[in-house]
Amino acid sequence: MSCELTTTVLHGYLDGELDAARAADFERHLISCAQCVAALEAHEALRSSLQGARLYERAPAVLREKLHAAVGASGRISAAAVSQPASWRWLAMAATFLLAVFLGWRLLPMVRGNRGETALASAIVDAHLRSLQPGHLEDVQSSDQHTVKPWFDGKLDFAPPVRDFVNQGFPLQGGRLDVVHGRSVAVLVYARRKHLINVFVWPTTEPDSEPLSGSQLGYHWIDWRKGGMEMCAVSDVTPEDLTELQHLLMQ
Amino acid sequence: MKRRAVSSMSSGIEGKGWDVLDLQDRMRFEQLVLPHLDAAFNLSRWLMRGRADAEDVAQESMLRAFRFFRGFHGGDARAWLLQIVRNTCYTWLEKNRPVDLTTEFDEEVHAQPSATPETLAIAGDNRERLTRALEELPARFREVLVLRELEGCSYKEIAAITSAPIGTVMSALARARQRLQRVLTQDEAHKRQEAGREL
Repeated sequence: MSCELTTTVLHGYLDGELDAARAADFERHLISCAQCVAALEAHEALRSSLQGARLYERAPAVLREKLHAAVGASGRISAAAVSQPASWRWLAMAATFLLAVFLGWRLLPMVRGNRGETALASAIVDAHLRSLQPGHLEDVQSSDQHTVKPWFDGKLDFAPPVRDFVNQGFPLQGGRLDVVHGRSVAVLVYARRKHLINVFVWPTTEPDSEPLSGSQLGYHWIDWRKGGMEMCAVSDVTPEDLTELQHLLMQ
Repeated sequence: MKRRAVSSMSSGIEGKGWDVLDLQDRMRFEQLVLPHLDAAFNLSRWLMRGRADAEDVAQESMLRAFRFFRGFHGGDARAWLLQIVRNTCYTWLEKNRPVDLTTEFDEEVHAQPSATPETLAIAGDNRERLTRALEELPARFREVLVLRELEGCSYKEIAAITSAPIGTVMSALARARQRLQRVLTQDEAHKRQEAGREL
């Protein structure tokens, strides 16, 4: 006949979860129950096997870095949190892009209303995760529009307008591909003094629209459609600077 | 393949309440939740039975936690996070590997030799065998063992993470330990048989 305590109180005892009175009761029970004594011994052996076998698996370093970068999207935190050495430029890029993504979660659905809101959110999450991998922020790094523009050829089913505005104070930094709302989009990266601006570009069948802008967490975005293209610029530059770039891109 | 796993999950979680945290909340998240990433990963790894899927799920869980962070009003951040991890794992498994969750162990059918500390000590030397044995357990037993023995959670914490009463936690642990001993002992007996046959 089996002692029912082997499947109940014995485990509370083993795990140190019994109060003093119940623990003492069980210890008295152990004196007269060989079955519980054997079970306790077996379970203790099992415990030390489990704890001694290095079964605990820690998160990969790359995942930790991704998450730190994602959470510290303000840039200041991420610079401190990312443990691997990385150039400030990469971090600045990451920070700007992450910002764009976090704003994207919030602003694109707002800008576009309810249509496809959820699909877009998940697409941007994916884009965000991918971009955090080192080397994924910029696919083509060049300030030469004649290098960046042809780079997009054959990679997209549309030709994003790529222009350098270095003379106007917005030097082109490069470009990359991303996926937003289930489709490939072009991303152009511009600099403004020490700040970076991400411009997401994708074709649209919607009519042209006036620019719609907003800000959050001290960062600004501006979204507009023109000539079958939709663009969304995001950065921590001033709204005036962003509007200036928007005017240049609209021309 | 990883990508697919993430997006298939993402499609189920976005939508209402999607919100961006302000700087202060981000810093709190970084201080309170991110330090438990290893715990999140370890639980995912054992529920998913593999590192690749665990990475996706741990990442997904962190994103969910980030999204729900405003609903966290202090207390045990690890338990709060692990509850999200667990739910994310089960959601993923229900969708992608439902068989993982339906294989319930029929204790009456499986006759078992009783384990002795000696056989366990032999079996326990082998990390691979312990891993295999743990992975053979039904998810609901595996999780209490991982939380208790690897993560060092109290019954109260396990109860919070698994949304079960403390009494249920204790009996799940009891059954999980018995089952694991049985698997290891059978494994050992089987090995001896094999060795005997070869001689």
